[in-house]
Amino acid sequence: MNWLNTAFVLGAAFLAVFWEAAFSGVRYLAGAQIDLLPPLMVYAALCTGLTTVTLLALCGGLWFDSLSANPLGVTVLPLFAIGLAIHLKRELILRDQTFARVVLGLGASAAAPMLTLLLLLTMGQAPLLGWGTLWQLVVLSVGGAIATPICFELFGWLQRTLVHHGATETSFRPDREIRRGKL
Amino acid sequence: MLKRLHYIVLGLVVLLTLVILNLPSQTSARFKLGIGSLFLPLFGLASSSQHLIGAAGDAVVPRRELLKLNDSLRRENQRLRLQAMQAQETASENARLRQLVGWQRQAPWKIKLAKVVLREPANWWRTVQIDLGSRDGLRVNLPVLTTDGLVGRISSVSLTRSQVVLLGDPNCKVSARVENEARDTGIIGPSGPLDTEFVELGYLSGNANLKPAQNVVTSGEGGIFPPGIPIGKVVDVQAADYGLRTEARVKLAANLNALGEAWVMFP
Repeated sequence: MNWLNTAFVLGAAFLAVFWEAAFSGVRYLAGAQIDLLPPLMVYAALCTGLTTVTLLALCGGLWFDSLSANPLGVTVLPLFAIGLAIHLKRELILRDQTFARVVLGLGASAAAPMLTLLLLLTMGQAPLLGWGTLWQLVVLSVGGAIATPICFELFGWLQRTLVHHGATETSFRPDREIRRGKL
Repeated sequence: MLKRLHYIVLGLVVLLTLVILNLPSQTSARFKLGIGSLFLPLFGLASSSQHLIGAAGDAVVPRRELLKLNDSLRRENQRLRLQAMQAQETASENARLRQLVGWQRQAPWKIKLAKVVLREPANWWRTVQIDLGSRDGLRVNLPVLTTDGLVGRISSVSLTRSQVVLLGDPNCKVSARVENEARDTGIIGPSGPLDTEFVELGYLSGNANLKPAQNVVTSGEGGIFPPGIPIGKVVDVQAADYGLRTEARVKLAANLNALGEAWVMFP
């Protein structure tokens, strides 16, 4: 049921991008809007295949840029770089540990905007930067760190609820049963 | 270690990104609008849910409160009508005088109300999207304002939506004039990523005589914004470049954080 998981991830990315553009409560409270794509990428990189990571980077990045003043496609490469880096090291990461999820979410949420800003500056764009950007990065990182374990829990619950798991075969075999006598 | 498949996928993604980033601006804008239109069903959902919340809020407001509000609005309406009559008289007098002097007659502002549907998801730009597009006659660079003051200008237009680049964004520079005796003029630019209520008034001469609380309005230079639209008030002034230039911080008249509706101005 790999395709179903991919559909869940892409659907969540679509809704996340819309939420970021439509609801600005966090921006007024904390001075920065939280980006939910890096936490989703952490989940995709650890729990799904390379196809899902690539699709999430492409679709998520393009959706994000289509609602933003960013040049189209500028978010794709940072997201994919983060996803690929985590995907390559996923055998070494304790993905079931909440602490590992939080740290990965923190790192990914800080790296994604920094890489995007780097790309924008390389392209000759002039984004709004200043000392306040550091605070915005802190907000993004902390928000991403909180959102990452929630993503894992949400997708875990979705999988348990919607994906059919085949019944595991019992190891009991009647022909191998040791029949004991009365004594 | 990167396997061969990883190399291939990485190469493909890098190539695709480079292709998309190097598309001609018009093609890129069309792609952007096409991809953005995927969110159209969610716009409707969000607006109907907001409408529902608004209707639920209206239902719990007591009648006494509504009557009080109605009364105050009626009084304000009468006051504004009197002011409008006075303004009408002044405008006709102005038109007569312009005709006598031989100046070009000023055209009245044509405006259209738009609703803000989306905000910028990235933290390094300041834009919003409004629910009017090219089918409503909108085009790039039209000024957008509220009753308090200037908001920004239209930066891109699709059939049903438009993107407004707000004051304080690096891509929204406005020629502004301070309402003092010297009529000092400068350029409104961004202040900082967290200062959403303030903008920087730069390129003022070193001997500019600015004082806090002076009004700042559009100068009309540049050909995009008509003169006299309020921008804000001077908060503080400091010398820059060893006194060669003066810079001022301006508190915006329009509250961009609570922007729900805005007027698009047609020349």
